[in-house]
Parts: sequence; structure tokens; C-alpha cells
Amino acid sequence: MIGEMSPGLILVLGAVLVPFLKGQARAAWMLALPIIGLMQLLSLPMGDLGQTTLAGVPLTTMRVDGLSWLFGFVFLFAAFIGILYNLYHDDPLQHAAGLVYAGSAIGAVFAGDLVTFFLYWEGTAIASVFLIWASGTERAYRAGMRYLIIQIGSGVILLAGILIHHHATGSLAFTKFGLDAPGAMLILLAIGIKCAFPLLGSWLPDAYPQATPGGTVLLSAFTTKLAIYALARAFPGTGILIPIGLVMAVVPLIYAMMENDLRRTLAYTLNNQLGFMVVAVGIGTEMAISGAAAQAFVHVVYKSLLFMAIGAVLYRTGTAEASALGGLRATMPLTAALCIIGGLSIASPLLGGFVAKSLILSAAMKDGYFWVWLILLGASAGAFVATAIKIPYAAFFAADSGKRPEEAPKPMLAAMSLAALASLIVGLWPSLLYGALPFPMTYDAYTLEHVVTQLQLMAFATLAMVVMVALGLYPFERPGQLLGADWLYRGLGYRLLRWIEAAANAAWTSIVGGVTSASGATVAWARSLHGPDGLFGRTWPTGTMALWTTVMLGAYLILAFV
Amino acid sequence: MSALESQLPILQVIVPLVGAVLVALMRGGRSAWAVALVITWTMPVISILLMRKVLATGPISYHLGGWAPPIGIEYRVDLLAAFVLVLVSVVGAALMPFARRSVASEIDGDKQVWFYTMYLLCLAGLLGITITADAFNLFVFLEISSLATYVLIALGRDRRALLAAYQYLIMGTIGATFYVIGVGLLYLVTGSLNIYDIASRLADPAMQNPRPVMAALAFIVVGISLKLALFPLHVWLPGAYAHAPSFASAFLAGTATKVAIYVLIRFAFSVFGVAISFETLPLTEVLVVLSLAAMFIASIIAVFETNLKRMLAYSSLGQVGYITLGIALANTQGLTGGIVHLLNHALMKTALFMALGAIAYRLGSVKLDAIAGIGRRMPWTMAVFVLGGMALVGVPGTAGFVSKWYLAIGAVEKGWWPLVFAILISSLIAVVYVGRVVEVAWFREPSPAVEKCTDPPLSMLIPMLVLTAATIYFGIDTEASAGMALKAAETLLGGLK
Repeated sequence: MIGEMSPGLILVLGAVLVPFLKGQARAAWMLALPIIGLMQLLSLPMGDLGQTTLAGVPLTTMRVDGLSWLFGFVFLFAAFIGILYNLYHDDPLQHAAGLVYAGSAIGAVFAGDLVTFFLYWEGTAIASVFLIWASGTERAYRAGMRYLIIQIGSGVILLAGILIHHHATGSLAFTKFGLDAPGAMLILLAIGIKCAFPLLGSWLPDAYPQATPGGTVLLSAFTTKLAIYALARAFPGTGILIPIGLVMAVVPLIYAMMENDLRRTLAYTLNNQLGFMVVAVGIGTEMAISGAAAQAFVHVVYKSLLFMAIGAVLYRTGTAEASALGGLRATMPLTAALCIIGGLSIASPLLGGFVAKSLILSAAMKDGYFWVWLILLGASAGAFVATAIKIPYAAFFAADSGKRPEEAPKPMLAAMSLAALASLIVGLWPSLLYGALPFPMTYDAYTLEHVVTQLQLMAFATLAMVVMVALGLYPFERPGQLLGADWLYRGLGYRLLRWIEAAANAAWTSIVGGVTSASGATVAWARSLHGPDGLFGRTWPTGTMALWTTVMLGAYLILAFV
Repeated sequence: MSALESQLPILQVIVPLVGAVLVALMRGGRSAWAVALVITWTMPVISILLMRKVLATGPISYHLGGWAPPIGIEYRVDLLAAFVLVLVSVVGAALMPFARRSVASEIDGDKQVWFYTMYLLCLAGLLGITITADAFNLFVFLEISSLATYVLIALGRDRRALLAAYQYLIMGTIGATFYVIGVGLLYLVTGSLNIYDIASRLADPAMQNPRPVMAALAFIVVGISLKLALFPLHVWLPGAYAHAPSFASAFLAGTATKVAIYVLIRFAFSVFGVAISFETLPLTEVLVVLSLAAMFIASIIAVFETNLKRMLAYSSLGQVGYITLGIALANTQGLTGGIVHLLNHALMKTALFMALGAIAYRLGSVKLDAIAGIGRRMPWTMAVFVLGGMALVGVPGTAGFVSKWYLAIGAVEKGWWPLVFAILISSLIAVVYVGRVVEVAWFREPSPAVEKCTDPPLSMLIPMLVLTAATIYFGIDTEASAGMALKAAETLLGGLK
């Protein structure tokens, strides 16, 4: 089909037609695109395809191997459900931006050389900001602008790294680098920004909750998982990634617990789940890389599902704040049920997350990373509380908010059901996923030990949660972003949490605050110089201009004769 | 036909010159426009024929009146000249369909005839500068184009246009004077006015006394820097572009500074040669500093500017910085980047100014807060703006990326890593000033005045779309743009070392 064209390009080009179509024709066209893309992917053999040259540079626009196939497949699936979900609105700009965004991410996954990869990498940055700006609020504008600058900045760093690498080695192949390769540090930094590494990832909880309900669903699926793909491709087995990943797995959890906005809560747990994948890439064995890929696969599915459910709530009620929600199960039972499946998918046996996470944990255990294993296990329990319990509980149960919204629109329900189904299929028949991994394996997730360990963890986490709620300790209903100090001081156990939270908070605040005030001061300074009334911005008197001409002439003459 | 073909170089200049007189005889704006349209549309035909001939048989030398150089005036078309001729004539022709309504809406009926007359004079001057190989003849054409430009700007409906034109008049005159002083010094030393003759005499090892030559270079570089608005000699430009009629802004942004840059390249490489320009006089160091200042300072001003025409003018200053940076690098890749950005920037900036012209035509204002929500009322116009803006940023897939790629490679070859970063990071500033407009135009609630706006008529829309399509095209297929620029750069660097 269509030569060796990248499935990503099919989506990007298909987006061009979107503004010209209306109603059902548009819906059908958009839904057809990822399906055509999938057929294209299935029809292509493994190997380096789509070879072409651009300005004398040989490119491999379509590399199909185990790793890119799996990511490409799940991205196409995510694009399909994302588009389906987004049919609730009728904004051609958002639809087209979403298609270009998804298509760019898919194209980047299949890029065999760094130039193609960079082109698509920039495509994801630019297309995605429209999903944030489409909210139309001042906050969304500012968050979108910050997001755009950081994303383009990541592209710029990537480009610099590619230039250095190319200059030193003459190669543009996108393969495993290792940190010693020229330019590799810059490339890692660029990927790290998109991957939301600690200190580099503040754009994620900043920007994702500002997008439109459907926009967040798309955003959550692609950018960060593309970064994980790039890490697994270029830096497998890089030791430094293990501590980085552990910090990512733990620190955002604290924020996820405290956060009132449910979409931001999901953004934090998204960051936490990325940590698992980063650790796995850092371990770098075949099993670990497979684990990272598997985790990325199921994560796309269940995180989309959760964002879709909360997006539906936001769409129907106009808010995603835990303190303003509760009791919605009465009128949104289907959304509630699907949200619970999404939450459970993060860890529960019979659903997707368990199957993938077991793989990472086993990989860590097998290579003797005991402490890593232990921390991940703890983070896993924490993520379960913050995601599987907090999200559905706050929105659909908890104290009744009195809101009686309608059930979610049909396209939303259809998209959520598909995602839930996918999670269930992977959970029930994990061999389907394991067979498609970069290093196919016959791994048995459902050993007694795995299942029991996992169930114990879940049970304990649930119990802790139930007790806390029963005692009125866990204040979902309280607006604001921080927990009240009163309950934090009631028990000794909480003091530790309080201390960690305060320390982390102080560190974040000082860094973020420092950067913010520094950048604020810079902007003020720049405005004083460059604003319409500043030294550079205002129109100089003609005499001053003439004076400068003389100064320049004098400078040249001095340089020439000295 | 072959007799006519051998006369193509002079036709390139004489047709618009005579055409200007013809237009001046017309009664109304519409007939003046029709004549100007015919004249400008012959220009690309001639320039493309010249380009084909240059590609087939090498540089063309045309002796005016049969007088052989160095006594007579020579017109010489080499690859670079042909490249710039095509650029100027194509931009000039592509703009004409747009002119009719835009000019009619902004300029009073009786003045339209003069407007088109000046436009053709300006075009003739710019083409003449490019094609002539005579340094003094070049000055004459420089004055023709400049004088016409002052009038074009002064015809703006805003009274501030008068002040802007006046300031440009003073500065332009200083620039031209500096240039002619430099040429005079060269004449003193070499006894010749023909550019290639001067070059060969300067290259003569017997040329013992380079001091007046250095002074000549300094005068010419400063004079031309004024015309091309290199920081800090740029202050006349934003006012001039902001208050000129929309059509004049679009034309000048695409062509006038580009031709001045062409003159700088011509003198730095063809006349003085790399040895004098870049080794005796540290032109590289000076130009790098000034280019960086332009890239950052002018772009940051653009971020704070709320009049979009002024914003684009400041953005032009920053983009000029990229081009002069390419010249300063003085290696093949860097110079290629500079030359190809001449073309790429001309295409994108003309399209952007036309988009603003269309907004001015419908809305009457190009202030940032006035255009809120206009993206949904004028989707095609704003699509042009978004794509042009992306090209300014240097997004891959647009022409702007190609330019920056070559510039970055040029800096890499020199081993100047900080410069690579400066090139890349400066594009982040463009993200801000473009993104700001995109957000306001697409995602804000439209005011009642904006509600009534629609896309302009096709005569205005099609020229923009054509140039935007070219911006995208040259971002993907770089053979015609960067390939040509590469050959021109190799000739410039290989010819006179």
C-alpha cells in the first residue's frame, strides 16, 4: 500500500483535508486515517524502508523493527481512540492539530535517521500546542506558550546534538549512542525534557491540565512515550537513568496525593509511571527494555482511559477539581465503571498494567537491583492509591456534590470502552503482548508469587486509604492544593511524609521560584530596553542615527588601520 | 529572437524604466495598475531567461552601447546576480494582483498613478543595482530606487509616514554618500569604475598601498549597512515599514534590503576579495557581533511590539542578522545559508506583510489587540500568517529551516559552537512573537468589528498563497534554492582568494 510511506505521514497529510470536510464525512475520514495507517504498518516488512535523500542527506524515513513496531502500533491505537473521543466537538482546528500531532509522533517512532526523527519531533511540539491553546483561557495561553518554548527548546537542543554528532562521526543513524558519543549528552537532555525528567518536566503538570478535555487525552498518549521510545532506542543500559527514573517514580506521587485538580493528579501519576519506564531503560537488559516497551504500551491505554473519563466529567460539569466533584456515579454510571477499570489497570491482575509492571520488577530483581525493586514496589503501591482509588473515588463517589450531569456523549463512551477492552485483552492474554515485544519472550506474569504480592500491595494500599477516609483524614473535599496541617501532625507516621513533602516542596519552590523570578526580572529588564519606549525599541532622533553611522565608520577605520 | 535575446540584460532595466513613464501618463488608478501589471509580469520572464542562459553558458557580459569595459558600462549577470534578479522580479510580479484593491483602499485616487510610477522606478532601480557591473552606475540605480522608495513610504495614509520617510531620506542619503565616497577612493587608487576591473587591479601584487583601499571598504560597508538596516544602523526601517502603504511594506520587505545585501556580498567577495575583506579588515568579527546583536535585540523588540507591521519589521531586522552572519562566516556552507535566506526570507516576509495588508484591508487596523479572534473570520489569511511565522521560526519543512541548517553547518565548520547555539536559540524568540499573534488570532473572542471580516478577494489571497506555497516548497525541495545558492557561494569564494 502507498509505497513505503510512514503511517505517521498518512495522518499528517490526511489532516490537510479535515478543514474541508463536514459532519459525518469528516468523522469518517479522521477515523479512517489511523486504520489506513495500521494497514500500511501491517503490510510492510521489517527493515529499513522509505529511503530517500533530502538536500543530499540520505534518510531512512521508515524503519520497522521490534521496538518501533510496538510503539507505532500502540500510537496508532491511541490516535484512533483519541480521535473517536474528540468527536464530541466540532472544531476543525483541534481535529487537524490532533492528527498532525499524532502523525508526527508515529512518524518519529519509525524514523531511521536523526534528521527525520528531528523533523517529526518538532512536528509534535508545534501541533500539540494548539490543543492547549484551544481552551481559549488566559491561563491556557500562558501555559501553552511556556510549553511551546520548552518543547521547541528541546528540539533546538536535539538539533545541536545532532549537528555535533554528525560533525564528529559523519553518521546520522539513529541507533544506540551511549553517553560517550559526541553530542550524546545534548541528545539525552533533549529527550529528557520531553520525558519530563526531574527538574526538566515541570511543563507537564503545568500544561496538560490546561488543554481541552479531548486535547489532554491526545497529549497524554504521545509526547512522553515518544521520549521513552527515543531513550530505549538511543540510551539503553545507561546507568544514570536508574536514579533519575526512581526520583520520577517517587517524587511526583507526593504531589499526586495532595493535588486537588484531578487532571493534574493524573499528570503527576503519568510522570510517576514514566519513572518505571526510565528505570527499565536504565537497566537495559533485554527483559528490561521489553518491560519498558510493554509498560509504555499499556500505559498509553490506561492513562488515556483515565484522562478520557475525567475529561468527560470536565466536559459535563465544567470542573475537574476533586473538591467540587463527588457522587457523579448516580448519573454517569458508565463513565464511572470505565474509570474504575482504567484505575485498576495500573496494577491489578487481569488488566494491562500488572502484566507490564511485573516484567519491569522481575527485570530489576533478576539483575540484582534489590533496592530499585523495593522502591519501585513502593511507588507502585503509591501510584495505585493516587490513581486507582483517588481518581474514581473523588469524582464518582466521595461526598455528594449534588451535581447530576448527563452521561458522557456517545463518542466518548465508545472510545473509553475500546481502551478498557484493550486493557482487559492484554490482561487476560498477556502472551499477545509478550509475543510482540522487541525481544519476544514467554514470560509468565501470573505466577502465584506475582499475583499474591500484587494483591497484597493493593489490598494494603486500599485498606490504608479506607481507614484514612473513614477517619476523615484524607481531605478530598477541601479546596486548595495542600493538605491541612492539622491531620499531618496527628500521627507520627505522617510526620515523615510531612517532612518529605515539605523538603520536596521547599526544593521545588525555591528552584521554580528562582527560575520564575529570574525570568520575570529578565523579561522586565528586556522590556525596559526593548519595549516600545525602551532604548532599542523607540524611534531614535535622526541625529542619533546619523551619529551611529559615524561611530560605525570610525570603528571600521580604527580596525583597519590599527 | 536571438537579437532580442542578446539584449535581455538591458531590457531587464529599461522596460520598467520606460514603463514608469507610461504609467505616469495614465489617468486613473485602474489603468495605471493595468500597465504596471503588464510591465512587472514581463520582468520574471526576462530574469528567468537570463538565469537559464547563465546556467547553460556561464556569466553574461553585456556592453552598454557597444562600449567595451572598463571605459564603457558593463552589465554582468552571473549566477548570484541572476538569483537576485529572479527573486526581485518574481516578488514584484507576484505582488501586483494584490496591489489593485490594497492600494485603492489606502491611497487617494489621484495619487495612485504616482504610486505605481514610483513602484516601477523602484523596481527598475533594484534590478539595475543587481545587474550592473559599474560601481558608479550602481550608485545611480541606488539613488533611483531610494528616491522612489521615499515617495512610496510617504504616500502612507498615516501622517507619521511623512516623518518615517524623512528619516529614511536622511539616512539613505548618508548611506549613498558613504558609498559614493568609497567608490571615489577606489577610483583614485585603481583608476577604474568597473567592478571586475577594480577587482583584478586590487588583486595585483604590485598594489602596494592598501590604506585608501581599506578606507574605501570601510565607507562602502557602512554605507551599505545603512541601506540593509544592519544593527545599529537600522532605526529608520521599522518606522518606514510600519507607516508605508501595505503594498509598499510587502514589496520593500521582500526586495529592498535583499538587494542591499547583494551589494555587500558583491563588494566583500567579488571586489575586495576574501583576503582584504576578511583578513586585513576583520569584517568577520565585526559582522558576527552586529549580526548577533540584530538577531537577539531586534527579535526581542518584536516580542514587545503591539503594532504587527512594526513587529514584522523588527523581525526582518533579526532575519537580516542571519544573512549577514552567513556572509561573515565566509565559508561555503555559511555563505550558502546567507544567500538562500535572501530568497527564503523574501518569500516568507512578503507573504506575511501581504497577510497584514489583507487584515488592514478588511479591518483597518493591524494592532495586536484589534485582531483578536480574526483567525476564524479570515482563516486563509491567518493560515498564511501561521505558515509564514513558522518559517520565521525555522520549523522543519519550511524554507526557514533550510537557511538555518546551512548557517549552523557553516558555524560548525568554523568550530564556533557558541554561534551554533546562538543561531538555534534565537529562533526561540521568534516562537514567542509568532506564537503570541497566533494565539490571539485563533483563540480569542472576536470583537464586533472582527466578526464582520472575511477573507479578502481572491486577487489578494492568491498571491499570498502562492508565496506561502513557495515557502513550503523550498523547505522540502531545496535543489532550486539552496542548490543554486551553493553554486553561487562556491563561485564567490573560489573566484578571488
